[in-house]
Amino acid sequence: MLTYTIRRLVLAIPTLLFISLVIFLLLELAPGDPMAQVPLTVPPDVKEKMRLALGLGEPTHIRFVKWMWQFFVVEPMNFIDWAFGTAFSEGQQRVLSWQFRSPVMDVIAQRMPQTLWVVAMSYVVGILIALPIGIYSAYRQYSVFDQTGTFVTMVGYSVPPFFSGVLVIVIFSVQLGWLPSIYDTTLKVVDWQSFKLQLMQMVMPVMVLALQTTAQISRFMRASMLDNLNQDYVRTARAKGLSEWTVVMVHVLRNSMIPVVTVIALGVPNIFGGAIITEQIFKVNGLGQLLITAIEANDLPMVQTVTFIIAVLIVFFNIVADVLYGVLDPRIRYD
Amino acid sequence: MTDTPDPKPIAALADTGPTAPPRSQWRDVWDQFKTHRGALAGSIVLFFIIAAVFIGPSLWPHDASFIDILARNKGPSLGHPFGTDQLGRDMLARMMAGGQTSIAVGLTAMLLALGLGSLVGVLAGFFRRLDGPLMRLTDLFLSLPLLPLLLVMVLLFRETLSGLFGPETGIFILIVVAIGVTSWMPTARIVRGDVLALKEREFILAARSIGTTNYNLITRHILPNVASPIMVSATLGIANAIITESALSFLGLGFPPDFPTWGRLLNDATQYLQDYPERVFWPGLAISLTVLSINYMGDGLRDALDPRIRGR
Repeated sequence: MLTYTIRRLVLAIPTLLFISLVIFLLLELAPGDPMAQVPLTVPPDVKEKMRLALGLGEPTHIRFVKWMWQFFVVEPMNFIDWAFGTAFSEGQQRVLSWQFRSPVMDVIAQRMPQTLWVVAMSYVVGILIALPIGIYSAYRQYSVFDQTGTFVTMVGYSVPPFFSGVLVIVIFSVQLGWLPSIYDTTLKVVDWQSFKLQLMQMVMPVMVLALQTTAQISRFMRASMLDNLNQDYVRTARAKGLSEWTVVMVHVLRNSMIPVVTVIALGVPNIFGGAIITEQIFKVNGLGQLLITAIEANDLPMVQTVTFIIAVLIVFFNIVADVLYGVLDPRIRYD
Repeated sequence: MTDTPDPKPIAALADTGPTAPPRSQWRDVWDQFKTHRGALAGSIVLFFIIAAVFIGPSLWPHDASFIDILARNKGPSLGHPFGTDQLGRDMLARMMAGGQTSIAVGLTAMLLALGLGSLVGVLAGFFRRLDGPLMRLTDLFLSLPLLPLLLVMVLLFRETLSGLFGPETGIFILIVVAIGVTSWMPTARIVRGDVLALKEREFILAARSIGTTNYNLITRHILPNVASPIMVSATLGIANAIITESALSFLGLGFPPDFPTWGRLLNDATQYLQDYPERVFWPGLAISLTVLSINYMGDGLRDALDPRIRGR
């Protein structure tokens, strides 16, 4: 198992290098000019110097290597400096955003908490709702609960977040006026009152994202439970006289969770991508919104870095899912 | 004493010949499909939506792009059942026009993704030498952040393609290609798995032993046998493509503003959310209903095409 994990991790390096190259080359084709906003009164030679200052004067391959150096060496060193108060990255050039003129990583660090709060919370809520639904629908297959559950998850699967999000805004903000439609990031939780406000503004984005998660995971949970409920070991457990609760919640559930856990792991990076739309609807200024504004503002270093971070997350969680599968299920041997 | 009766043939052993007329495979599939109520309802709803969207405009008097500025922002009435938008255009006509684009994008992108996916899957499964590289490529595509890349692609190439083919055709080609290129991977994986299993079967060996060429082997023996998983992923592919196109349009990176699609209409309506919340409802409902019915159809099709479930 350890050799397998190490092999996968080593193999991830060329994959990630290739992905970063693909993203870089794609952005290289961008027609937009970051100097387009500069007033026409600025003389051309000054403009040329500004281009050089942005790091645009050099050929493509040199800029790619420079970006890699900055991303993989300078930024981690900078993180170590920040964490331990050392000075490794003193005087090193960092990845700079064109629209904010500040290091990309600093901006990302500012936006990360909002995304993590909303997205991670919704994922947890979604899983917590999905698991009991999946278990009970499988246990009472074809019952009314199962039929309704299947229908609701089908709907949750089919209604895109840009409709469900707008719909809950119409109902709860416009018509009823219960919840705020815009996520206020400047809100600081200091007392009970502000905690309540924070909770209220989180409810809608979290529920919209959670609906998608719930739909996928409860279907998976149900299918996986159904696979196990008819196995011989379940009959053995019942024949031994174990209580129904023990049979279902201990024997069957533990075996059914194996594929579900890997699906949950695989879904983590997807939620960052899917959050782009939800963040746009509820005006959460998180990572997804940062990416959209960066794309619109032609801020190539920002787009490159954020997209690459998402790619790293996807590759990493793919490995986590595969390794988890092997750890949890001894029948699967990779070596 | 008593006479032994003549030995009568045992009734059960008598050969009566087939009682039912022979049934074709597709008849069986249809019978199984009919028993799935959700799938049946889904296909009826989908058929209705497609008919309304493609036949409707020729029956409906209003044009999708006709601006009647005096009748703007009207609520639902007999003349305009869905009301009018901020320029006085009839919402029902715009919904139908938008549906044509959305469904056309969904179908074309699905066909592209399916073609690419089946090609990669069959090649990887059939030719052992291609298996490694092609599957690594599939894994690579699966680990790309798709939505951000789609956004970047659409943003980068829209000017060029609009210039080449005109604004509408250009964006159509761009969106279809972008969605197709980013969604072929699941099909490729499923098809490869099935081809790998089929390749070891006796009928392939028999076909090969009479000297069938690889091309004929694939087109006549392999492809018909992987048709059912391809069909199932086709239905899911349409749903996925419609959602992706609407998401792009919703983010303002899809079709040009005067060219309606369901996602675009939803995006336009969100700007008037405070004053006319009901305008959001129809495009969103259309997208959700279409996708829901397609998903149900795919579910039923999966059951109907699986011979282990069929007939039970």
